[in-house]
Amino acid sequence: MEVIAFWILAVIVGAAAVFVIAARNPVHSVLWLILSFFTSAALLVLIGAEFLAMLLVVVYVGAVAVLFLFVVMMLDVDFVELKQGFLSYLPFAALIGLAFFAEIAMVSFAGGGEGTRIQPSPGADSNAEAIGLVMYTDYLLLFQAAGIILLVAMIGAIVLTLRHRPHVKRQNIAQQTSRRRADATELVDVAPGKGI
Amino acid sequence: MSGFIQEHGALWGTLTVIAQIGLFMVVLLIALAFILLMDRKVWAAVMMRKGPNVVGPFGLMQSFADFGKFLLKEIIIPAGANKTVFLLAPILTTTLAFVAWAVVPVAPGWVVADINVGVLYLFAISSLGVYGIIMGGWASNSKYPFLGSLRSAAQMVSYEVSIGFVIVTVILLVGSMNLTEIVNAQGGGIWTWHAFALDHFPLILVMFPMFVIFFISALAETNRPPFDLPEAESELVAGYQVEYSSTPYLLFMLGEYLNIVLMCALMTTLFLGGWHGPVPLGDMVDTWPPLLLNLAAVAWFALKMLFCFFMFAIVKAMVPRYRYDQLMRLGWKIFLPTSLAAVLIVSGYVVYMGVQA
Repeated sequence: MEVIAFWILAVIVGAAAVFVIAARNPVHSVLWLILSFFTSAALLVLIGAEFLAMLLVVVYVGAVAVLFLFVVMMLDVDFVELKQGFLSYLPFAALIGLAFFAEIAMVSFAGGGEGTRIQPSPGADSNAEAIGLVMYTDYLLLFQAAGIILLVAMIGAIVLTLRHRPHVKRQNIAQQTSRRRADATELVDVAPGKGI
Repeated sequence: MSGFIQEHGALWGTLTVIAQIGLFMVVLLIALAFILLMDRKVWAAVMMRKGPNVVGPFGLMQSFADFGKFLLKEIIIPAGANKTVFLLAPILTTTLAFVAWAVVPVAPGWVVADINVGVLYLFAISSLGVYGIIMGGWASNSKYPFLGSLRSAAQMVSYEVSIGFVIVTVILLVGSMNLTEIVNAQGGGIWTWHAFALDHFPLILVMFPMFVIFFISALAETNRPPFDLPEAESELVAGYQVEYSSTPYLLFMLGEYLNIVLMCALMTTLFLGGWHGPVPLGDMVDTWPPLLLNLAAVAWFALKMLFCFFMFAIVKAMVPRYRYDQLMRLGWKIFLPTSLAAVLIVSGYVVYMGVQA
């Protein structure tokens, strides 16, 4: 049962990944990418890492890929032109692919071949607990450092895009709601024929 | 569910699960037909109209008549549309809306898949809902649908953040992400429901505002008025649905309402005690027949969901639509800091009062 499910999902992940680069329409590429993310999450469920799987869906599929899609839809890039030099990148891409493959192979075979199974929650009841235990004890410093790096990146993005334009009128809701009749209107008793 | 299959054998277990799913879907769809009618009736009542009252007694069959009409009309696909994505979008919306219901417990033990990360699963699936809208808006190859879908993407991603933090406060109080356990933690009567949290007395000051924030964020997440900017008819005709007709439109609407009812179920489960009544049952649990107790549980669950849906409906009737910048201000500048502070306060309380032992 699990083996069948694994092969079906694995084929879908592989095929979707191929279609990401093969699709002519960039939006279709992103949709294939989303399919491959989602199916990877299913693979994680299969090995019992349900917490990681849900995080993958929430963070990557639910937020990051939405922004990808957003940007790809908005940009009017001529992708036919971009693909002109496609083959000249091939050696470089092959090198990166090979490196990835070697890394995954090392992880898979380093443990000791047949008998080793991936343990989704070593030393804890659930996947979430296991991750929490490791993240907040052994790797606390790295975790905090990663957080600070993200914060710096966020501040950087805000600083780069923030510009104060002088003549823009902004709404101040507190000011609006605290406005009273006396602030806005004035009753003038105009004598007939005089004007103000 | 896999445990269930192992218990009952591969064939019988699988068939039972499929039958459960089928039953759940049929009940949900029929209930939805009347919930749709309720939405329109409440709306009409606020405006002192009668609402749909022609088909069947009191207009009860109105939704079924609409259903027939949608099915029989012609499906129009715009010439410049991206056909596959255009048709995939409504199917995706409806499928995701149904799939999310798998983990919702309606009575003790009455749940299709009782998984450990139930809350996260719901959160993940509801965050995928945005794809149906984006894909539909883009594939229509038209300006208004595209603008609508862009709005909805930004809106749903923004409000997901505060929904996530609100959910975290509940998870912290319970110490589990399993929906059944979250409901069981609120079994001690109305004062233990997380919306009030009177058993952790000062926390009502945090948890009740969290309930309100969750409700408002749920309105934004499901594109309901006053946050229905993706389909604001005064600006965008009908937003991402402009080019849709017939069955694809029906599927979009179905998915939208399923998501609304799902949010009601989520509010019931997280904050209003799920299937528990306002007074603890005590000895009755042992003496009454279990089936009767379960049916009473379903009745309580449905009643609370209807109450939540009534609030959704009445908000639609009473509150004017937000402007886009006001919507973003509310999400990012008010709800996000408030819910983040609430997470800090609740986790501090949980640690120092030793709630989870």
